[in-house]
Amino acid sequence: MKDNNNRILEVKNLKKYFNLRSGFLSHRSAGSIKAVDDISFYIKKGETFGLVGESGCGKSTTSRVILRLTNPTSGQALYNGNDIFKMNNRQMFNTRRDIQIIFQDPYASLSPRMTVGDIIGEPLEIHRIGDKKIRRKKVKELLKTVGLNPEHINRYPHEFSGGQRQRIGIARALALTPKLILCDEPVSALDVSVQVQILNLMNSLQKEFDLTYLFIAHDLSVVKHVSNRVAVMYLGKIVEVAESKDLYEKPLHPYTMGLLSAVPIPDPEVERKRKRIILQGDVPSPISPPNGCRFNPRCPNAQEICSREEPELKKHAISSAEGHLAACFFAGKPI
Amino acid sequence: MVGLSIVLLLVIIAIFAPLIAPFDPISRVKEDSLLGPGRTYWFGTDLLGRDILSRVIYGSRVSLEVGIIAVGISVIIGLLMGALSGYFGGASDAIIMRVADIFFAFPYILGAIAIMTVLGPGIINIFIAIGLLGWASFARIFRGSILSIKNKEYIEAARALGASNYRIITKHIFPNSFAPIIVYATMNVGTAIIVEAALSFLGIGVQPPTPAWGKMLSESLDYIDIAPWMMIFPGLVILITVLGFVLLGDGLRDAFDPKMKQ
Amino acid sequence: MDLQQNNKILEVKNLKTYFFTDGGVVKAVDGVSFDLNVMETLGIVGETGSGKSVTALSILRLIKQPPGKIVEGEILFKGRNILDMNIKELQDFRGNRISMIFQDPMTSLNPVFTIGNQIMEAIIAHRNVDKKTAKQESLKLLEMVGIPDLKRRFNSYPHEFSGGMRQRAMIAMAIANSPNILIADEPTTALDVTIQAQILELMHELKEKTKSSIIIITHDLGVVAKYADRVMVMYAGKTVEFSDVDTIFYKPCHPYTLGLMKSITRLDEAKREHLKPIEGNPPSLIDLPRGCIFRVRCKYAIDKCKNILPPLLEIEKGHFTSCIRAEEFLSGSLKRKK
Repeated sequence: MKDNNNRILEVKNLKKYFNLRSGFLSHRSAGSIKAVDDISFYIKKGETFGLVGESGCGKSTTSRVILRLTNPTSGQALYNGNDIFKMNNRQMFNTRRDIQIIFQDPYASLSPRMTVGDIIGEPLEIHRIGDKKIRRKKVKELLKTVGLNPEHINRYPHEFSGGQRQRIGIARALALTPKLILCDEPVSALDVSVQVQILNLMNSLQKEFDLTYLFIAHDLSVVKHVSNRVAVMYLGKIVEVAESKDLYEKPLHPYTMGLLSAVPIPDPEVERKRKRIILQGDVPSPISPPNGCRFNPRCPNAQEICSREEPELKKHAISSAEGHLAACFFAGKPI
Repeated sequence: MVGLSIVLLLVIIAIFAPLIAPFDPISRVKEDSLLGPGRTYWFGTDLLGRDILSRVIYGSRVSLEVGIIAVGISVIIGLLMGALSGYFGGASDAIIMRVADIFFAFPYILGAIAIMTVLGPGIINIFIAIGLLGWASFARIFRGSILSIKNKEYIEAARALGASNYRIITKHIFPNSFAPIIVYATMNVGTAIIVEAALSFLGIGVQPPTPAWGKMLSESLDYIDIAPWMMIFPGLVILITVLGFVLLGDGLRDAFDPKMKQ
Repeated sequence: MDLQQNNKILEVKNLKTYFFTDGGVVKAVDGVSFDLNVMETLGIVGETGSGKSVTALSILRLIKQPPGKIVEGEILFKGRNILDMNIKELQDFRGNRISMIFQDPMTSLNPVFTIGNQIMEAIIAHRNVDKKTAKQESLKLLEMVGIPDLKRRFNSYPHEFSGGMRQRAMIAMAIANSPNILIADEPTTALDVTIQAQILELMHELKEKTKSSIIIITHDLGVVAKYADRVMVMYAGKTVEFSDVDTIFYKPCHPYTLGLMKSITRLDEAKREHLKPIEGNPPSLIDLPRGCIFRVRCKYAIDKCKNILPPLLEIEKGHFTSCIRAEEFLSGSLKRKK
């Protein structure tokens, strides 16, 4: 493809299975959790790529694997064309300067016994940037960048509110001037009014520092407001991917449709008129996912073929939109 | 607070023993043999005419030394083993924890006696014996806190920044898990003091004439009818000391517990 | 007028619940007033720490004392003050007339008893029935809340249930004695989007069926828009606005409510470049600012706000708000900023 150079990250056939040990000291496997099961996607330079899905769908695992916080079962993750999974320690160490992560829980992601200065300064220290004095100056600048008071450099995380703590987490991620930031549910633990502050901050940082975001969330409306393109995951698979506008306006996969329909809109009048389709049933266990299409037991459109064959993620004639892919035999059929 | 006061008092007594003790703990005054508590000898004297108060005061040095150094050895071994087993997991975890189980299954005193028999008596050997025996609990505790902290997001954040394992353990895991270790170590000092007393009592610990509480107790055995003070005072001091450390440990636990602070 | 009076099943008047801690007095609830009608769904919204949950716990008098204490106010259930009840009356009352479901069904179900057992317990605690009847009732309840494979599920333990199923079981337990009021504290926050919709729909149907009332505590304004008849907005322990759902969404007269409405991201709206947050952070409940509690974050604050703690006033029929400029919003002389 012509615009391949434009891809900062390309994930190909990524699989991550967690083995379940049957007992202690025993290495017999008692099956495995297929947290991520053969997914492929790419992220273009400078864009925000949204990854949505319900808990346990594998979206967080994907970010952990890309950062090699846990090893993949198979697949590739090409960062500017180089496979992250094949890098040696030295190369990986250098790549970590470019790829950073922001976590969901602003309480769990900051060490409670370190000062804010130490937390934000840690990446600089690890990568031996500057001496103590220079690092401290840099930390103060970072605090200012994320909208915190640089004089609070010696405070501890518990002295800050949730939103402020998330700003600290962002400052830490920014310290090494990364190119790509994986944002794992960065606002879902925050209050509505604070969520918007953080989203705005992330938006302006993206422009200022030329950042690319992988934005992982379960909140579809938040994802809509930040993403250029969006992928929807269900039980370890990507079921649909498209430009944000196309996905929200003309979803092709019944799961995407159900998900969009399930979110109540904060407008009483709209809600009164709106007809909702509520998906029935529970999300099956990723230990023993259903045969065929993983969504088939809950799908209102399911036919016999759906439990027999697994649909491939591909382009469908019904949508003319560029790059709009869905994994469904009956893509576009309303539910 | 009570625990802290007892322990502090004990430390002061041990440090300033030569200034506080009214008599030399080793020098004998034959004519003063087996005197009851009185104006000159507050706690009485033993068979050799040595002042029991002075011996108790000097005895605190041995007890504290053993308590702190032996527990220190346990903590160091325990932290190393706990880190190996908790952080890296896998085979090293399985092996270390099984070895720890063996140490748990072995009665403390019996183990100490066995080691002392091999090494021979002497205070250095007491450090080694008690220190070696105590590591398993610390390894367990440290392993437990590592396991609970290891998957916290701030650890992942550090790894995502490229932090080395050494850095993660020392900078992130240890500061967040030292509280239970300090608490347990404090309480364990009490236990170590008792074991030392028992060893000295059995004659395989601190050797005479160095004053040690356990030894004083065993010396008192033959005179329990005629000179009960020989037993009462060292016994009482052991009791108070151990109680002091346990109370201090309790207090520290409350102080470290963030829920108690709220 | 009289008719409306009789329609009120719950009335909370100037409730204050404080927590006395080493760090100072935390005024978790500091002046909350609202009422609840029969067959009505009331939404309570507010940020973390705004006192929503403490209000709910206060209604059932489930505040741990110490450090907590209800220091002022009245909670009238059918005219009777819950705060005057003795222990015996209270036990009779809780789970029977008013019951509660919590955010995390895993921690509010006892892990060592089967689901069936726990529902039977709830029935036997309040009604004089034998085990057989209780069991039949329990099965009926589980069916009502949509639990499949009843016979087997009855003997399952909480950990064998999925999050959604557990919340269904909690609801079964809560409605076991057909209470007049069901208080749901963030009942779906811990659940996935598609499961959330199922649970909320279930609660709504059950309310219609049993002619009871619901108080739903949530931070999700979408849920409020969809299900609530009336809404109370809380900020820093106080009721700042209370009215019917349309008024709250379309003509709010408190700047906090206004900011909240502006800050929400909507699924049915095109992507916006810049979202409008409420700047700043909520105040510490130990050290509340003088004057209006929202003043420091308020875009409409004037000098007067520094000194006056505005009381909750009825500015038009059924519309209560605590802002000294509320009348100006109402009359239109003060324009709501875009």
